Amino acid sequence: MSEFPPTTERIATELPSGGQRPPAGHRPVVVPQRHPWRWVSAALVLFLAAVGVYILVTNPNFNWPVVWEYLFSEKILSGVVVTLELTAIAMVIGCLIGVLLAGMRLSPNPIVSRGAALYIWFFRGTPILVQLIFWYNLAALFPSISIGIPFGGEAFASVSANTLIKPFTAAVLGLGLNEGAYMAEIVRAGMNSVDEGQVEAGRALGLRRLQIMRRIVMPQAMRFIIPPTGNETIGMLKTTALVSVIALSDILYSAQQIYAQNFETIPLLIVASLWYLAITSVLTMIQGRIEARFNRGAVSAFYGGAAAASATKRRTLRGLFELRGAAGEDDK
Amino acid sequence: MTSNGDMLVAEEVHKSFHGLEVLRGVDLRVKRGEVVCLIGPSGSGKSTFLRCINHLEKMDSGRIHIDGSLVGFRPDGDRLREVGEREVAEKRASIGMVFQRFNLFPHMTAMENVTMAPVLVKGEKRDAAAIRARELLTRVGLADKLDSYPAFLSGGQQQRVAIARALAMNPKLMLFDEPTSALDPELVGEVLDVMKRLAKDGMTMVVVTHEMAFAREVGDMVIFMADGQIVEQGPPGEVLGNPRHERTRSFLAKTL
Repeated sequence: MSEFPPTTERIATELPSGGQRPPAGHRPVVVPQRHPWRWVSAALVLFLAAVGVYILVTNPNFNWPVVWEYLFSEKILSGVVVTLELTAIAMVIGCLIGVLLAGMRLSPNPIVSRGAALYIWFFRGTPILVQLIFWYNLAALFPSISIGIPFGGEAFASVSANTLIKPFTAAVLGLGLNEGAYMAEIVRAGMNSVDEGQVEAGRALGLRRLQIMRRIVMPQAMRFIIPPTGNETIGMLKTTALVSVIALSDILYSAQQIYAQNFETIPLLIVASLWYLAITSVLTMIQGRIEARFNRGAVSAFYGGAAAASATKRRTLRGLFELRGAAGEDDK
Repeated sequence: MTSNGDMLVAEEVHKSFHGLEVLRGVDLRVKRGEVVCLIGPSGSGKSTFLRCINHLEKMDSGRIHIDGSLVGFRPDGDRLREVGEREVAEKRASIGMVFQRFNLFPHMTAMENVTMAPVLVKGEKRDAAAIRARELLTRVGLADKLDSYPAFLSGGQQQRVAIARALAMNPKLMLFDEPTSALDPELVGEVLDVMKRLAKDGMTMVVVTHEMAFAREVGDMVIFMADGQIVEQGPPGEVLGNPRHERTRSFLAKTL
């Protein structure tokens, strides 16, 4: 206590007015910093955008009439359906395998956990394009696929691999099995992010391991699993374009088939791109909704509640130029 | 071995972590309705011992009987065999535990925190569990916070929800692991008040605590632990007021 001067005196000495306290009720007004370079960079970006639009409109090679002609053509639309189906099925397979592998990775049994690690190592370590072609050519490795006793035992049923592995099956297998490896890491990271005390509280209440997983760990892990899974889904949507190499009529392959006949390469690639963009936009919106739902109960600055996040978004433009709203209020 | 009046009997409990012996033969007897306060310096093994009682921590040797039966083990000659998850869970359901860091489930409201275990573990009807939860939360003074998520509650309120959550399972024994250590000083009182009332209602309690005033006022017995052993035990007046061991004296001199 005695080492410090009394509080009021200390404040007084720090005031610029030479130790004299300002009259009661006086409040200094805060003047926000000016940001002239923000105006410059904004102008530059707007200029580049204008150049871009100009090129898009004036270059006849974009051939916009052809784009409109094919945008909703039957062939393209059926390609859109195939792409959506592929994305959905591959993601479902990926999520199921991911949860299974994540559970295996966290198992106390070392063989089980190493087995999962091996799977992840293999599917993340080889290019998805190679995996797709591999599944497509499975018949070369196994001419027939049978169900029966392994290690050379009797077979109960047998099918030719070529009838079983159609391009769509090969695509779903390739994309789904590959995605499983990535999802496993996402699910595992999500589960690890849940505090150990949560599991202990569940155990102390007499819950069993699966109940704790289902009721306590997974709902909390979801907050960490959903955002990257949304990214994975959007990534998957675009990865499905690779199936054009195994002659499956997705968006891209349909566009390629059309421009192989009419040589309007660029307009049809634009058609494909517009569809990918549209679907990606919708997926992004859905992802936002789901994230808000799993944010229940989270308000700390860490997670930044959904409400706070959207408020920030709304303020972005205002914040960019510091419109001095706050200072203006002080003037009153 | 166990007489009818004993809720908890621990004999020669040993536990090591990676070669470091944390519990070196702990013996303890807690009678039905008794409140026992465990005090001692950090690292003395009091929390580990508490966690051995409901088998959150697996002891290396010794035995712990709760109300006459073993938790987590089955006697087999002179060995103890660890039992399966289901049996352990059943035993744990009758032992309430309150943690230093509350460990409420953040994705559930206060009500959901309290009703979950009775519904899931005991198969209680949802309505019945809700009525009981409302009653318990009212008893700990949170009648107006039934639908609040933990993040919207103060530390003291969260800890009181945690106590209600444990009580919802109708435990015969309550374990408290430094229940006020993570609280701001002005919130300690409200939690201790709830615990005092619980003690008055006849609940058997084992409390690891640094609150000497609470131990003196509420405890029937105070246990001083150091280096994984019980150094001194007895009525609070004796252990806190007139400690016989040098170790106890120096610890109390530092805390008071």
